[in-house]
Amino acid sequence: MAEKLDLHLNKSCKRGRRALPQQPHPAASPPPSPQGGGEAAAPVLRLSGITKRFGPLVANNGISFDLKRGEVIALLGENGAGKTTLMNILFGHYVADEGTVEVFGKQLPAGDPRAALDAGVGMVHQHFTLAENMTVLENIALGTQSAWKLRLDRAAARKRISKLAGDFGLAVNPDATVSTLSVGERQRVEILKALYRDARILILDEPTAVLTPAEADALFRTLKLLVAQGLSIIFISHKLHEVMAVSDRVLVLRSGKLAGEQVTAETSRAELASLMVGQEVASPKVAEPKIGAVALELKSVSAAGQGSSHRLDGLSLELRAGEITGLAGVSGNGQATLAALIAGVLKPASGEVVVQGASMRDWSPRAALGGGVARIPEDRHAVGTIGDMSVTENVIAERYATARFSRRGFLDWKAAKNFAEEIIRDYDVKCPSPDARIRLLSGGNMQKLILGRALDPDPAVILANQPTRGLDVGAVAFVHRRLLEARERGAAILLISEDLEEVLALSDRILVMSKGRLSSPSRRGERTIRELGELMAGHGEGMAA
Amino acid sequence: MEQAIEILFTASFWVAAIRIASPLIFATMGELICERAGVLNLGIEGIMTVGAFAGWFTVYSGGDLWTGVLIAALAGAMFGLLHATLTVPLGLSQHVVGIGITLLATSLTYFTYRLALPQVTTPPKIEPFQPLPIPGLSKIPILGEALFSQTPLTYLAFATVAIVAWVLYRTPIGLAVRAAGENPSAVEAQGISVTGIRMGAVMVGSALMAVGGAFLTMSAFNSFFFEMINGRGWICIALVVFGSWRPGKALLGAILFAAFDAYQVRLQQISGGVVPYQVFLMMPYALSILALILVARRATYPKALMIPYQKGER
Repeated sequence: MAEKLDLHLNKSCKRGRRALPQQPHPAASPPPSPQGGGEAAAPVLRLSGITKRFGPLVANNGISFDLKRGEVIALLGENGAGKTTLMNILFGHYVADEGTVEVFGKQLPAGDPRAALDAGVGMVHQHFTLAENMTVLENIALGTQSAWKLRLDRAAARKRISKLAGDFGLAVNPDATVSTLSVGERQRVEILKALYRDARILILDEPTAVLTPAEADALFRTLKLLVAQGLSIIFISHKLHEVMAVSDRVLVLRSGKLAGEQVTAETSRAELASLMVGQEVASPKVAEPKIGAVALELKSVSAAGQGSSHRLDGLSLELRAGEITGLAGVSGNGQATLAALIAGVLKPASGEVVVQGASMRDWSPRAALGGGVARIPEDRHAVGTIGDMSVTENVIAERYATARFSRRGFLDWKAAKNFAEEIIRDYDVKCPSPDARIRLLSGGNMQKLILGRALDPDPAVILANQPTRGLDVGAVAFVHRRLLEARERGAAILLISEDLEEVLALSDRILVMSKGRLSSPSRRGERTIRELGELMAGHGEGMAA
Repeated sequence: MEQAIEILFTASFWVAAIRIASPLIFATMGELICERAGVLNLGIEGIMTVGAFAGWFTVYSGGDLWTGVLIAALAGAMFGLLHATLTVPLGLSQHVVGIGITLLATSLTYFTYRLALPQVTTPPKIEPFQPLPIPGLSKIPILGEALFSQTPLTYLAFATVAIVAWVLYRTPIGLAVRAAGENPSAVEAQGISVTGIRMGAVMVGSALMAVGGAFLTMSAFNSFFFEMINGRGWICIALVVFGSWRPGKALLGAILFAAFDAYQVRLQQISGGVVPYQVFLMMPYALSILALILVARRATYPKALMIPYQKGER
């Protein structure tokens, strides 16, 4: 049945199908022996000397590696190490300045996604490439049938999709409009897109970044099924535990270069981490806090929920100078509302917010900043930065109207540029120049700029909302160190994070937020992860009334 | 008052409404194709002028009527190619390029007209398309008369709507066009050239706009004069929004607007000069704005509309 269907599709698709047979190399016969063995097996993919520059930035520098049949390679590296760039070259989105890509022994023409697809390369991008106004089926079938056909063959496409979905545990309704799908479902559609075109090499770019743990487990199960069918997989990630769990071999990229290659079974998380950042990663040393006066106080504040976040009902909270208060909780329980309130974005319905002894009257972000509240926003792309504006413009975005950056209504570009250069230097931001558009920066470098902007000059209160979400090991350590330094200088810090380990590592005092309410506080080390988890789930003792 | 309502039940009113709608239907479908691929084509007003002249001049110079339509479409496609070259591979502002195309196309048309007919004061006439009543159907009172006693070009307009709807929703190429307007990277990730799709869509769309213009000189009237497009292009841009970027709804919008227009002319005649005639002239536009507010608030526009796509850019 399936074969019949294949034939049918072959006929209906004049130029779409690749010429390669299903079993491309007789030498590459099962069983696949990924662990260093398989000398006889020709590589399904070979990258030789790939170099790519973006202006003065060298994103990839002479990278070469082979991928074997049925092998899972993890491409590990910090944000901005060049992982995504490399895969985009392989897939033909970018044209490499130097080097070649060979698939099944044939060189791919540069910059031609169609050729990559036809050669059996499928890519699941980190930012999904789906048209949201179209159905799952339409997205998958796009480009697989001859453009001049008078009618899209939906029946054949539907059959093939449901077969693939069944075979690989990728359940999704082919007639659903993509805009109605969850992130996990969208990812399944992306994988189906590749399988539908008979991909033999599947590239997954940070596939778990957007998934819940359960969804990630389902993805790993699917990957196992795919490997069993002889597919080869390149798995891009910066999460060490995932890399250890799924891969046969790990390639570590650092600043655009191949920094190391390890067989997964013979390496450790610590070794990979040090390869990734180029040095040993030490967990931050936390000194005893020097707790000072109350810097920010919320007095029985009530506020309407912000977006999908829970509303607040008579919430009280004190932040003291020189102390990190960690706020744990499952997202949506009111953290975003609380953050909006402290940042001056949201006006409370009742209650009082006192910053450094002065009650807040004027509810605007500018007033909050003026009162000494610095913020690291939850979403650095949507709220923290303006992607198409320059680094310089972004670092003064919060304070362009102050005397420091403007004079008589005119911007002082010199002061602005100095400030940008200062942050770039002090925070080790990798960017081509202060004039570069900020969206060209990797997430970690963007966050460093935001951090530099927020911490200058010493703010009294720091609202750090998910400060390390999506960052790699090196950047996380950097952010943590800077926050601890700010605490030493006497800042009152509210750390909102879904990462419980982060909350435990940094906080002097921990609160759990659930359904818009706060638990009673606990000092460092008083509650175990388990106890905190129960509080996060909304039961357990210690939820304040 | 009674008279004002009686107008709605006369066949001549509906015949006029469908006639007035025809050029709008062509041009609206043209604009809709461009926008569905992600390109706002503000050259529409100028491209309609080009089409009006090219079609008419072909017939005036001895060509037959259908050759005129074809030449108009080709002329439109050429201006579409210019628009697309500037906005798609070069990624220039679609607003600026569109206005520029309108100014260029309009002036070039007037210039060509003067070059070709330097001495003429009254625009020369041609023998335009004649009504072609469909036997049987055109005898149905009011509705049949309105729809089935029109010129072949009006029938073509309605057929165009069906074809555009079919192509957009039922064919592989339509899929690519819609995806290009929603998320171009989805198109590229499936191995299709976004540039190719967008340029093609703008050229085909512009050809339809030009045929819309040609309808005026070859079916509604029988000669070319200056300023004859008279803002119809801009109306079509509003009609695309009114139709939420869907061919069927846009067709309804075009007929609705045309009906307002036909109605105001008749209302002027019975008002007996008490109300200044400009009030009636304004009516279809005021009603269109009202309709737009009511209908288009929830419209889901193509997400990548007006966003240039450049391959290999981060």
